[in-house]
Amino acid sequence: MSRIQESVIVRTIVRIMVPFIELFALYVIMHGSGGPGGGFQGGVIFGAAIILYAMIYGIAKGKERMPVTLDKILASTGLTIYAGTGLLCLFFGGKFLQYGVVPLLPDDPAEVSALLIDAVEIGIGITVSAVMISLFFDVSPPESEEEELPAELPISTYREA
Amino acid sequence: MTGIIDIVHAEYNYWIYTALMMIGFYAMIAKKNLIKKIIGANIFQTAIFLFYISLADITGGTAPIIWEGHEDVIYTNPVPHCLILTAIVVSVSTTAVALALIIRIYREYGSIEEDVILAARKSLQPEFSEYARQKGGEE
Amino acid sequence: MKTLALFVVLLAGAMLVYAGQDLPPFGDSTTDMYQNRVTQRYIAGTEVESGVPNMVTALLANYRGYDTLGETTVIFTAGVAVMLLLRRRET
Repeated sequence: MSRIQESVIVRTIVRIMVPFIELFALYVIMHGSGGPGGGFQGGVIFGAAIILYAMIYGIAKGKERMPVTLDKILASTGLTIYAGTGLLCLFFGGKFLQYGVVPLLPDDPAEVSALLIDAVEIGIGITVSAVMISLFFDVSPPESEEEELPAELPISTYREA
Repeated sequence: MTGIIDIVHAEYNYWIYTALMMIGFYAMIAKKNLIKKIIGANIFQTAIFLFYISLADITGGTAPIIWEGHEDVIYTNPVPHCLILTAIVVSVSTTAVALALIIRIYREYGSIEEDVILAARKSLQPEFSEYARQKGGEE
Repeated sequence: MKTLALFVVLLAGAMLVYAGQDLPPFGDSTTDMYQNRVTQRYIAGTEVESGVPNMVTALLANYRGYDTLGETTVIFTAGVAVMLLLRRRET
């Protein structure tokens, strides 16, 4: 472990800060319609919170908090929410992603539009945060010291011969 | 003299962003380390985003969020912000895939300097084409 | 090699600065980019049609929602591509 990972100050501060960073990410996603913000920005902030935790406490503990299978499922779920909202508008007789025709509220298509914009932003936020965490876990080195190259690459196979 | 100051005041943002673009462009073509090339590409993309968003500013305007209760407010142009948000996400995606490719190149050749990799490919090239011909003959 | 690169970069920078003199001055409000009917429709119709005060979010998610769907697909594809390149087979 490096010196930063062993320091008591850094570990304590990270343990205190990570829930607040996640809460701020949720704030940025949900207030995307009333102020600056939105799905992409909030998703990146949420991913950065989990990445900060995994950097200081180790990759193994980071993978306990966000297992790899859950990550894969979440990345597809966000995109499904987005496309599903578009298809929902098709079912009620409108065009694809025409938010006004869904009869959630009887006679106020602008309010229905605002609600569905929020749902779409949540979907975008889920996908972006899952992809950021997956990118970090793929790039990081493995825990064990020995890593074996797969033996199918032609140039490395040829070099041994 | 006031003519030059007027020109500088009217267009200083384009000059600054052009300078940033040229710094990134120089890093892309003159450095030999692959990571430095990717960082140069990122600087270039950032300069282009800043340049495009600076075209959206209106003097005396406010942010493009509708202000309750005030009727005669000039809003700045919201369209470039929307386009550049998409472009930022595309730039992040291409940087991620480029860095993953650099990791694979490093595992394969043992180095991330451009001239070392090209020399290794050139020295392996006749044996590699021989190997590929053998594999094609087997199938 | 590096002097040639420096020369090319300076030449490109000089051409860009020379071409940039035709651009409108910083902060101009009479350009066609601001005054055409598409932008004015976006500014005037955000509160009425979309119900959200933020014009940029209404543009991204309502007027140009299809582009944002493609955008989310791009970032999902980047995640999948890096997974394909770098993930080892679990033995």
